[in-house]
Amino acid sequence: MTPAICVEHLTVTFGEGMLAFRAVDDVSFSVMPGTAFGLVGESGCGKSTVMGAIAGRLTDWQGKIAIDGEPISGRRTLPQRARVQMVFQDPYGSLHPRHTIERTLLEPLEIHGLDDRDRRIGKVLEQVGLPQRFRYRFPHQLSGGQRQRVAIARALILSPKVMLLDEPTSALDVSVQAEVLNLLKTLQEDQGLTYLLVSHDMAVIAHVCDQIAVMREGRFVELTDKQRLIAGAVENDYTRLLREGV
Amino acid sequence: MTSSTTVLSGLHAWLVTDDVASSRQAKLGRAYRVWLELLANPLAFGGAVVVLVLVALALLAPVISPYNPNAQNLLEALRPPSATHWFGTDEYGRDVFSRVLFGARTTLYTTLLVAIIVAPIGFLVGATSGYLGGWVDTVLMRITDIFLAFPGLVLALAFSAALGPGIENAVIAISLTVWPPIARLARAETLTVRNADYVVAARLQGASVARILWRHIVPICAPSIIVRVTLSMASIILTAAGLGFLGLGVQPPTAEWGAMAASGRQYLLDAWWLTTIPGLAILLVSLAFNLLGDGLRDILDPRNG
Amino acid sequence: MAKPTQPMLDVENLKVRFRTLAGPIEAVRGVSFTLGKEKLGIIGESGSGKTMTGRAVMRLLPKSAEIIADKLQFEDVDLSTATERQMQSVRGRRIGMILQDPKYSLNPVMSVGQQISEMARFHLRVGKREAEERTLAMLEQVHIRDPHRVYRLYPHEVSGGMGQRIMIAMMLVASPSLIIADEPTSALDVSVRGQILELLDEIVVSRGIGLMFISHDLNMVRSFCDRVLIMYAGRIVETIAASELENARHPYTIGLLEALPRIDAPRDRLAVLQRDPSWLEPTR
Repeated sequence: MTPAICVEHLTVTFGEGMLAFRAVDDVSFSVMPGTAFGLVGESGCGKSTVMGAIAGRLTDWQGKIAIDGEPISGRRTLPQRARVQMVFQDPYGSLHPRHTIERTLLEPLEIHGLDDRDRRIGKVLEQVGLPQRFRYRFPHQLSGGQRQRVAIARALILSPKVMLLDEPTSALDVSVQAEVLNLLKTLQEDQGLTYLLVSHDMAVIAHVCDQIAVMREGRFVELTDKQRLIAGAVENDYTRLLREGV
Repeated sequence: MTSSTTVLSGLHAWLVTDDVASSRQAKLGRAYRVWLELLANPLAFGGAVVVLVLVALALLAPVISPYNPNAQNLLEALRPPSATHWFGTDEYGRDVFSRVLFGARTTLYTTLLVAIIVAPIGFLVGATSGYLGGWVDTVLMRITDIFLAFPGLVLALAFSAALGPGIENAVIAISLTVWPPIARLARAETLTVRNADYVVAARLQGASVARILWRHIVPICAPSIIVRVTLSMASIILTAAGLGFLGLGVQPPTAEWGAMAASGRQYLLDAWWLTTIPGLAILLVSLAFNLLGDGLRDILDPRNG
Repeated sequence: MAKPTQPMLDVENLKVRFRTLAGPIEAVRGVSFTLGKEKLGIIGESGSGKTMTGRAVMRLLPKSAEIIADKLQFEDVDLSTATERQMQSVRGRRIGMILQDPKYSLNPVMSVGQQISEMARFHLRVGKREAEERTLAMLEQVHIRDPHRVYRLYPHEVSGGMGQRIMIAMMLVASPSLIIADEPTSALDVSVRGQILELLDEIVVSRGIGLMFISHDLNMVRSFCDRVLIMYAGRIVETIAASELENARHPYTIGLLEALPRIDAPRDRLAVLQRDPSWLEPTR
């Protein structure tokens, strides 16, 4: 079976010469279709940079990234873009403040030249559990959880294979986080989505992900899975520190 | 009475509710909020009223002006303000009141035309420069700097002298001096949002540069550009009047406030109204645009919300 | 576990009201509590009024807000009637405040040491030399290893954890008797978070300061505070000893606890909080 995401020897360097800084240092992993892979670490550990390279946000990296077996580079075709969709951390910053929800959801459809737009928007709103009448609202008229649902809908509307989730619940309240995490799980089961989840919260990672990588200073310090993490069978002290939390 | 109040309060509730049922309601609701804030700001509201009155007077000039603005009557020359000639007459016996009304048309025509030319050019240069960055940014901004290096009036003078007198040339000359600050502003605004998550999201989904500029950056820059253009209106009017005063703008006999003031200069001691009235008109309208612009800045700028 | 002491802050039926276009909104709707020399946690989700409660005590609210209370007594000062002048001697001097992100609370164009000495000179009316000495002592107290070096640093040159230590030092120069900490560790990494909490704990206990700890993080408040107020929609729905949180009785508190993903108790789906309209009514 081909992995949905395959990353080999990914290295990302910012700056040049003496000031060069390796944000990601020779990282390799692969994610099977329909599973969730978690990247956990503290700020500046490089986890978001890994995601940025896969998302196409960064174009200057070394190594190999393949989605569904197809190698991708900095320049991407529309179908390649549709296949990998991203959900951002801050639900307040990821929706255009002057676009209604309908406009926000129309954008990807227009870019990718998809028709039957009204039905698609209706369907995706239903999938993320938002009432149809929300179409005409502006983001400031929605709560954080509702906005994050819209952001998920925007990603989902292009029927992606892979969803990149960048701290999707860290800006949300506990009860809203539970709703969004449940939604993400349901969507994954219904549509066979592959997730790459970046978070600093070990509990969230352990709840969603099957495979987990702990990152520190641009490298993986431990690669483990859900069972071992839950059982506390971790090898690295740093992993343990993150797991215990405060 | 009571039923009309309930209808009104119902309308108010419909307009301010967050639970909007159509995009029309959403847009009207936003417009309504701007309106309420305008009402709450007396100076801005006053500015808006004066501007609206100016527009109305200019539109209705042929209907309300008592005389033909260009009809000469040498027997009636240089008459002071009276019941028959409210603002008196000029050296050719033309009715100053009628000429001021028709002058409003010229002024509005010039300012609106300049605004329409300048806003898109300024936006396009600034937003492209800010969004793309790199050498595009360097080239476009240096060009902008060159224009900014000259005082506006001097530049306008040079251009209209080169292009020759006439209202269209005056509009072009003024436009050339007004766009650079707008480009600077659009660039600054663009820089703050070019890496915002929603722009990145559009980019990752494959949006073209044109789409991002038009769909995503325009709605962000529009409020501050509107404010900036409104505030520039005063200087546009003054520059237009200045060009008219120097004989480089509108050509006689078309009524224009600056030209009127200029031609009245020779009779300043005998006929004060010839320069004072158009001067006051320029002052009032410039002030009104400034007040309106200031108010709009408070209302439209999301940072003040 | 701190024993109950004479309350230094006594709040009765506190309300905070905002005027908006769509009519007045009550962000805090009748909150009563007392605070002694203890670590009191205030837990709530966004919009629960927890931050507004802390701000109301400092009287740091926007102009459109109105504070109403039957009683708002801090030591010998009636905060509800105090003049703005009196408030200035309370704010910062007798009640200190720590906010979420030190980056936004520090002046970017002044070195951190200067900012702390400024504070000392303003509140304690001491000379330049003495202010500087106090600053260095204070930096040492918040366990900054090289106070002389840190004194000269600018805010952008310090890390998040260091920044928060500096904020704490700055607040401590005036020796406040009450500290209001609003999400003081939310912007920090897990590994730094623990150190800052330890520091706060040490200061509060050793100096006998009252601490109002506002947070959304149940786990953190549970392990850090003595007593917890749970706020929902502008009201306190439950007051409970932190160690007893596991046995909370109010359905909202229970719901919050169950909505948390937990490594030690994995579930396929998280419990979703079902909000009951009756929670909006006053309890008792």
